[in-house]
Amino acid sequence: MTKLTIDGREIEVEAGMTIIQACEILGVEIPRFCFHERLAIAGNCRMCLVEVEKTPKPVASCAQPVADGMVVKTNSPMVRKARHGVMEFLLINHPLDCPICDQGGECDLQDEAMGYGMDRSRYRELKRAVKDKDFGPLVKPTMTRCIHCTRCVRFLADVAGAPDLGSIGRNENMEIDTFVAKAIGSELSGNIIDLCPVGALTSKPYAFTARSWELHSSESVDALDAVGSNIRVDARGNQVMRVLPRTNDDVNEEWLGDKSRFACDGLMRQRLDRPYLRRDGKLAPASWPETFAAIVDRVRQLGGARVAALAGDLADAEAMFALKELMAGIGSPHLDCRQDGAKLGGPRVSYLFNTTIAGIEQAGALLLIGTNPRWEAPVLNARIRKRWMRGGFPIGLVGADLDLSYRHQHLGDSASVLSAIADGSHPFAKVLKDAKHPMLILGQGALARPDGAQILGLARRVAESTGMVGDGWNGFNVLHTAAARVGGLDMGFLPGAGGRDTAGILAGCKSGEFGAVYLLGADEIDMAALGKAFVIYQGHHGDAGAHRADAILPGAAYTEKDAAYVNTEGRAQQTRLAVFPPGEAREDWKIIRALSEAMGRALPYDTLPELRARLAKSAPSFAAPDRVVPAAWAPFGADGPVGSEPLRSPIANYYMTDPICRASPTMAQCTATFLGGARRTGTHG
Amino acid sequence: MSGAGDGGAAKQPASFAFTPDNLGKARAFIARYPAGRQKSAVMPLLDLAQRQEGWVSVAAMDAVAAMLDMAPILVYEVASFYSMYNLKPVGKHHLQVCTNLPCRLRGSDELMATCRKELGIGPGETTVDGQFSLIEVECLAACVNAPVLMLGDDYYEDLAPDSLRKIIAGLRKGESPKPGSQIGRQGSAPVGGPKTLTGAAG
Repeated sequence: MTKLTIDGREIEVEAGMTIIQACEILGVEIPRFCFHERLAIAGNCRMCLVEVEKTPKPVASCAQPVADGMVVKTNSPMVRKARHGVMEFLLINHPLDCPICDQGGECDLQDEAMGYGMDRSRYRELKRAVKDKDFGPLVKPTMTRCIHCTRCVRFLADVAGAPDLGSIGRNENMEIDTFVAKAIGSELSGNIIDLCPVGALTSKPYAFTARSWELHSSESVDALDAVGSNIRVDARGNQVMRVLPRTNDDVNEEWLGDKSRFACDGLMRQRLDRPYLRRDGKLAPASWPETFAAIVDRVRQLGGARVAALAGDLADAEAMFALKELMAGIGSPHLDCRQDGAKLGGPRVSYLFNTTIAGIEQAGALLLIGTNPRWEAPVLNARIRKRWMRGGFPIGLVGADLDLSYRHQHLGDSASVLSAIADGSHPFAKVLKDAKHPMLILGQGALARPDGAQILGLARRVAESTGMVGDGWNGFNVLHTAAARVGGLDMGFLPGAGGRDTAGILAGCKSGEFGAVYLLGADEIDMAALGKAFVIYQGHHGDAGAHRADAILPGAAYTEKDAAYVNTEGRAQQTRLAVFPPGEAREDWKIIRALSEAMGRALPYDTLPELRARLAKSAPSFAAPDRVVPAAWAPFGADGPVGSEPLRSPIANYYMTDPICRASPTMAQCTATFLGGARRTGTHG
Repeated sequence: MSGAGDGGAAKQPASFAFTPDNLGKARAFIARYPAGRQKSAVMPLLDLAQRQEGWVSVAAMDAVAAMLDMAPILVYEVASFYSMYNLKPVGKHHLQVCTNLPCRLRGSDELMATCRKELGIGPGETTVDGQFSLIEVECLAACVNAPVLMLGDDYYEDLAPDSLRKIIAGLRKGESPKPGSQIGRQGSAPVGGPKTLTGAAG
């Protein structure tokens, strides 16, 4: 510990801290542009100058470690004069275009200039101008405004592992650039917009659409992947204008994947804003009572046992729970939340990311199986890279070889490698055994195949034989791609006694065994396999499911409802209503509650708290929101031979995985830019 | 100016490869640094590429990046920082005239004017036949013998319009004019010979 005095107050901090961090502990605000807690220290903006006694010159507090007996002044005449000087220099070349700058109103330079700026300019010369650049469809550079803090350069190089930006040239001619014209090739590129303290990097899709003070913000949770990144939804009127990350050190730190950030323009397109019924082969607008009546008629004719239900990737926990109870009410055991057919559903420990995302930082070695975390969970991948950057973290990959933004050893793409690791004959088994806290990540690509249960069993044997489980450490992890999945598994949205799973339901629909199927936002299944079944589609976008539907119940997207999603760790978090669902669309659980009443089997709750109280009894995760409830180790998976088909990630296009992205023009542009116009595909490639 | 943002300005070759001879030299440079620190060889390798091609193309920088296992952008940063790396093709004879204060006081303006007149090009330009290019450079650290011009690895010192014209004429004829002081000065000694320490050592 080191003792120092800041502005006359004594404080003891950990040795090795910098002055700016010590000041923060005391609540003394130091202006800064280049310093950022989660990035390497650069010390190049000089805005954080402080006076240190017995030091002749002002000191950059972001780069100066504390020392015993240091006496720091943060508000002396010398400090104020130094910061005024720095600010004057920064503003020499900064354009006066705040009125047309998207950063206006939330700009660090603007804010600090209020404190340290001069009220007039002493500079008569021309300002420097920088030619326009193109960084791709997401980030809009206006580099004339750049103050060369290099936060973006450091973020891309260190956190994202996609070093595409650099400081090109020198002195007056220095520019932040890619040098060769290219789009920034990272799934985390949007974060440099947040990091930029000025308006040099702004959001391209959001450009000139709103001012920060016109927006109302709601603290919510992302549902476009299974990480459950904490987000802030900024809306104007009833339109979501942008999505920004919120800090949660246990989940996303303060980063957000590009899909989660930029797909929000899909929320305004292809929306289902009223109920529809298929009449004479064509979908026609209908009223709620008409649609309910048609559904009730059909279900009565068929009898409950001939009705099946599938929940999609964006379904919220409350709606799934209500639908599960409705299905129980009509006497159907045929329901499944695994529309990709993943062989999960055993004990809780078998389908969670048990290590937790923050726990990755304690791991000593990693085995990736049939997954591409860079696309399946970019924020989680950044956490793996963060651990890898510290060194001593061997990573093996079984599956298609990819650029993951960190070095890894490609062990092959067949599941037989896993058998070799499990029986210790593969050299990587020793690497895992020798590591302090080894872990493995099993992707959906390894589970959503006919031998998925056997691969799950193999992975368990790998975990057990290499010491991944025990004394406060659980290194067995399943990485989900769907926000709804863990919630569905936790509450048991799974086939009941004698019930069919997804494949069985699809086969039953085709053979005519099932006369009706209820799709709760399930769009990633083969609609042609539904045969002649009466399809009830409840969801928010006119995607595959709605096209095939016979009755459409318009629901709410994740930004339009208070709903719970359980992330891949088993952490239940709540979204908040930021805007209202469009038109006649309603919150999903309410639709199911209303339908249950029309069926004469009213569900026993009228309010969300009542539903949640019942839900909390069904699974431990819902009873403890925002926390991870650890799961106890238990046997799971199946023994038996595994196929020789190569393991691969289920995601063929990061930018197109669900109905919201598929409706988003920005995501379409990203697909064209980064995947060379690859086909717009879903999670099933 | 070899500064920022003109990565795409010059017509870039599709590929670059060191000649076998230069490849050997490059390996020797890399071997000078401890294992894992091979990035330290980036500057000599860029220089080697420039000596081979006359300038440093994006392909050359990418090749250097691949050899040193570093991100291409890091090589671009280095190459664009130092004005000695030519990021655009230059003439066979790349005249670099110092125009900093001592040279300016000793007549570098006239040297520039002479170049313009003799070659018909201004700073940053190349003659149509590709023989000559001209740039202004910052201090070459030979102020004692100002004004100074750098050509390849050689300095031409104590220049005047006449002596510069002779050098250019010589280059045109394919000769290699003698570098160093053009007024017969010995090293950096005073004009007319050393004035101190003239006696025999003893």
